[in-house]
Amino acid sequence: MIRFDYQRPDATAEAVAAGRGEHAAYLAGGTNLVDLMKENVARPLQVVDINRLPLKAIEARENGGLRLGALASNADTAYHEEVQARYPLLASAILAGASPQLRNAATNGGNLNQRTRCYYFYDTDTPCNKRNPGEGCGAIGGVNRIHAILGASDQCIATHPSDMCVALAALEAEVQVSGPDGDRTIPFADYHRLPGDEPWRDNTLRPGELVTAIDLPAEGFASNCTYLKLRDRLSYAFALVSVAVAMKLEDGEIAEARVALGGVAHKPWRVPEAEQLLRGERPGEDAFRAVAEALLKGAVGQGENDFKIGLARRAIVRALAQAAAGTPQSQTDKRIA
Amino acid sequence: MNTATKIGIGSALSRVDGADKVTGRAKYAAEYKVDDLLYGVAVCAKIAKGKILSIDEADARAVPGVVDVISHLNRPKQAWLDRNWKDELSIPGEPFKAFHDETVMFAGQPVALVVADTFEAARFAASLIDIRYEEEPHNIDFAASLDEKFMPSHLKRRNNYHPPKNRGHAQQAYDDAPVKVAADYHLAPEHHNPMEMHASTVEWHGDGKITVYDKVQGSQGPQAYLASAFGLGKKNVRVVNAFVGGGFGSGLRPQWQVQLAVMGAIHLEQSVRVVMTRQQMFTHAHRPECTYSVRLGAEPDGKLSAMMHDATTSTSRFENNMEDIVIWGMMAYDCPNASGEYAIAPRDTYTSADMRAPGAATGMTLFEIAMDEMAYAAGVDPLDFRLRNYSEVDAMNGTPYTSKALREAYQEGAARFGWDKRSAAPRSMKEGRELVGYGMATGMWDAMFSKTAARATLSADGKLEVASASSDIGTGTYTVMVQVAADTLGLSPDRITATLGDSDLPEAPVEGGSWGAASTGAAVQLACQSVAKKLLSAAGKLDGDPFHGVNGIEGLEFADGAMIRRDNPDVRASLTDVMAAAGLDKIEVEETAGPGIGDMISMARKSRNTHSAVFCEVRVDEELNQVRVTRVVNAVAAGRIINPKTARSQILGGVVMGIGMALHEETFADTTLGRWMNHNFAEYHVPAHADIHDIDVIFVDEPDPEVTPLGVKGLGEIGIVGTAAAVANAIYHATGKRVRSLPITIDKLLDAPAD
Amino acid sequence: MNEAVTLDRAAGQRVAADPIATLPLTLTINGEPRQLEVAPWTSLLDLLRDKLDLTGSKKGCDHGQCGACTVLIDGKRMNSCLKLAVTLDGCEVTTIEGLGQPDNLHPLQAAFVEHDAFQCGYCTPGQICSAQGLINEGHAKTRDEVREQMSGNLCRCGAYPNIADAVLEVLGTEKKA
Repeated sequence: MIRFDYQRPDATAEAVAAGRGEHAAYLAGGTNLVDLMKENVARPLQVVDINRLPLKAIEARENGGLRLGALASNADTAYHEEVQARYPLLASAILAGASPQLRNAATNGGNLNQRTRCYYFYDTDTPCNKRNPGEGCGAIGGVNRIHAILGASDQCIATHPSDMCVALAALEAEVQVSGPDGDRTIPFADYHRLPGDEPWRDNTLRPGELVTAIDLPAEGFASNCTYLKLRDRLSYAFALVSVAVAMKLEDGEIAEARVALGGVAHKPWRVPEAEQLLRGERPGEDAFRAVAEALLKGAVGQGENDFKIGLARRAIVRALAQAAAGTPQSQTDKRIA
Repeated sequence: MNTATKIGIGSALSRVDGADKVTGRAKYAAEYKVDDLLYGVAVCAKIAKGKILSIDEADARAVPGVVDVISHLNRPKQAWLDRNWKDELSIPGEPFKAFHDETVMFAGQPVALVVADTFEAARFAASLIDIRYEEEPHNIDFAASLDEKFMPSHLKRRNNYHPPKNRGHAQQAYDDAPVKVAADYHLAPEHHNPMEMHASTVEWHGDGKITVYDKVQGSQGPQAYLASAFGLGKKNVRVVNAFVGGGFGSGLRPQWQVQLAVMGAIHLEQSVRVVMTRQQMFTHAHRPECTYSVRLGAEPDGKLSAMMHDATTSTSRFENNMEDIVIWGMMAYDCPNASGEYAIAPRDTYTSADMRAPGAATGMTLFEIAMDEMAYAAGVDPLDFRLRNYSEVDAMNGTPYTSKALREAYQEGAARFGWDKRSAAPRSMKEGRELVGYGMATGMWDAMFSKTAARATLSADGKLEVASASSDIGTGTYTVMVQVAADTLGLSPDRITATLGDSDLPEAPVEGGSWGAASTGAAVQLACQSVAKKLLSAAGKLDGDPFHGVNGIEGLEFADGAMIRRDNPDVRASLTDVMAAAGLDKIEVEETAGPGIGDMISMARKSRNTHSAVFCEVRVDEELNQVRVTRVVNAVAAGRIINPKTARSQILGGVVMGIGMALHEETFADTTLGRWMNHNFAEYHVPAHADIHDIDVIFVDEPDPEVTPLGVKGLGEIGIVGTAAAVANAIYHATGKRVRSLPITIDKLLDAPAD
Repeated sequence: MNEAVTLDRAAGQRVAADPIATLPLTLTINGEPRQLEVAPWTSLLDLLRDKLDLTGSKKGCDHGQCGACTVLIDGKRMNSCLKLAVTLDGCEVTTIEGLGQPDNLHPLQAAFVEHDAFQCGYCTPGQICSAQGLINEGHAKTRDEVREQMSGNLCRCGAYPNIADAVLEVLGTEKKA
């Protein structure tokens, strides 16, 4: 862990001023940043502890939505009454991730900004374009069974590790940020990015910008949703493939369906055209298969992770069936509904 | 008389070290408070093979608090000859000597130690060390290494390696067999990953003496090793391992952190602590990767007629690690024609090492998958198939067993599990969206007995201390010692203290191989019997000499803190009264238990093994192939059980690790870079709570006074052996998919064709 | 974080020689208020183990991947290895040493001994603190829920079934601590 200067501002403006430094990092729950600092992957010279900022609240919005403070813990969010009742998809996705003690410490803002679990990114003795641009990607042609099948580039095949973000993508949340140039709102689909030629950029935050809140729209798809996660052990493991489905049924027909995939790309993966295929359809395996095909169009494996394509296809179909039936996946009973 | 309530051998006593462990008072290697302690952080090699050209330490040395950087350039004197680096369980080859010279033999090899007055300063400075290397071609790809596989010459083999003994004409019998199975099996490399990371606190006393608090499975072996490797003199080195946070074999041999810590202390003449990171836990011992080709021939009724075994395991380029892979099936089953081949394949990693049930956990497990395949091929129920080929004797060596209650284990295990509810065909049992599968396998391990000494000290107040330099790596040695002493001298366990894990104590071997309870227990019993003898002679001083005429301690019962005449239970005297009468303030004896001449003859003439029958239920999502292990019954025949509570835990632990072997554990190699990649607990998966459901343990009755003095066979390994095969076989039964490479991860299961 | 935080490999060299300042830190540890001076790069776990000799909290991975370091911070279970101590100014920390003593075991500690819910004992303090956190949270009642919500604590000795038994026993009788 690098030697750094530590600041603990009380106000957001003060924090943003401190966060402008080229080598500054915001520290909230610490569950990812401290880990990365110990691995010598993150080397901030200024650590700005934002835990005293007034960003912990979870409160109703005028438009009927819900605002999740950036510093509210993942656990407090998942178990919040309103979230449980109106956004069970989000609660389920949060509870599918990490462990209770990590969820107690990890914050909502931090969850958005967690870095990939790519082995090479984490091991500073190996090449990684995300860590050290131009060095090459060890995972391409290397150990890559956990890597991306969609949206990867020839420079980076890392995936985003969050479960929570997959649900937020399906719910079409908005991210509120404060920065040196003021406040702005980023639609969730635009928050994370694909690696392209700049794999070191995980998201579209500008230098010094701080996530202050995540806004959930009024519609929570509480009746028909699911978060289905497949992983190498039954708990406390990152997703190989996960699927968030949010659906609206009217008179037995699908009025709206959203499907977001986790574990398969550098960001939660959505394909609006694929979702459109379900509009007006009755729930059924054939329709679900068509969505899966459309969602996975262009999916390409790296060798060890080829299996993710088939696994994702089956998982999408199952998750759509779970959502349509109103039988969301339990995160406790590991039998897949 | 009230001996019925006596707590002794066979009682379910709670762990005597339990209160210390649950309150956090138990001190592990990195937890001893030592004055003026310095913290060392290791820098590990980036390359897999080559030479260090230069080490730039300037930035590291500039960090405030850094005391020194130690490497091959400035290390203290080391013994030059390999034989001075031999440890208790050394294997043929050149033992790893950290900082010996500029040579790099494996990725992650420690190449420098940064020492500072705080851990944090040392950690930061370690990240600033800049090393330039000259790389050489390397290979860590196991498949590629098979081109170089070889069988070491006799002098270069491990001394506990048992070559397969062929019988009959296996090839001919196989060719002629009406029913055949031929398949290749594979086990991924696994890293032990005990929860406590390898750590050493070296206390520098200033008078040429050091105390080493070490995470290691024995104290006296490392004492001799460190004294020899660093020219310290044995009397100047004390090693303490009173509590060990798991081992599973990774602490059988001293690991590199103790070399670094001792070098640091000598170099700086100050106390130094070195703790490996979890990432560094992947730079040393690991279970070898294995490929195992099995060919089985049988008659149409399922009687085996031929078995051919051919296995290779991985080792390093500098030591010849070997395991007994192919012999288990040859010993276990009645089959007139059997042959075995075995070789090792070197690659540019650290030397592979013994990990829980070395050899058997791999060989017996993979072979038991082949046995399952043959049961289906012959159309025989897998349990019936094993009973049909049951061998009353060790079929490879032609020797009888001291005992073998495996038949009973099969029967009791099958009954408890409900094996009779299994429908024969694969994919024939289903509940909801899940396919249900029942699988079973046989397990087998050695019952060993090692020379061990113990001291017993009875004080005038009736308190007893039993002591031995044995270790408790979670196995329950403290508790076994107390129970055996309580049993022998009839004392309440709360009057007894067990002391272990210190090289100053009476001689004991490293803990491993499941010999601990049998050996330490026997030594404690012998020492306590000597105390009893002294008590009997002291009893002559009692008023009226009430024990006059008692012919040896066989004539005495010890219970409730008293000695009692067997021929007249009304005659009794408390041990404290006896000692007071004789004016003794203490009785102290040390005894050594070891195989006597009779035992040696028995060892030559009889085989000594534990056996188990493992039954497993899995549920596999039909489309998504997620596997859940919902029930395991492990029926074990292991002689006498000293403590059913801790014994059960040993088996539970073995089963859990076996489930990990079946489904989770695998270290991934990047063959281009020559390094392990998933070197952390997030990506190297061991079972978590949610993966483990009902595990039922049965100990079948197996009296065996011949195997060891206490009739104990040991339990540390048998729980894992066969478990992964039972899981794999259950997965086949559920899905009709035969995955022959462990672990059976979801990708392999999805790709496997259904029969 | 800003990009240079990961991309600038030479950052460490530039600050190598700069001393790191300590900060005052007030913590209540096991009920006892402590005034400390701590460097910001010290984790709560290292503070407890190296500086305060509270070695009951264990270092099993140092990366939040095993749970051995679990303590209660303001009543909530967290991985102490991932908390920089200075970020906890004013917090109450409960470690295994604060739960009970050998002659006065906490009900969870007693249940762990009775059910043989450990072998080597190294993950045990973390398991027990985690179980206390689980009880405080109140979201687990069934065995499946206990299994899932104890999954942040690895046990390499494989004592899981016994740990679940011990936690369930206390859950049946215990009120929030």
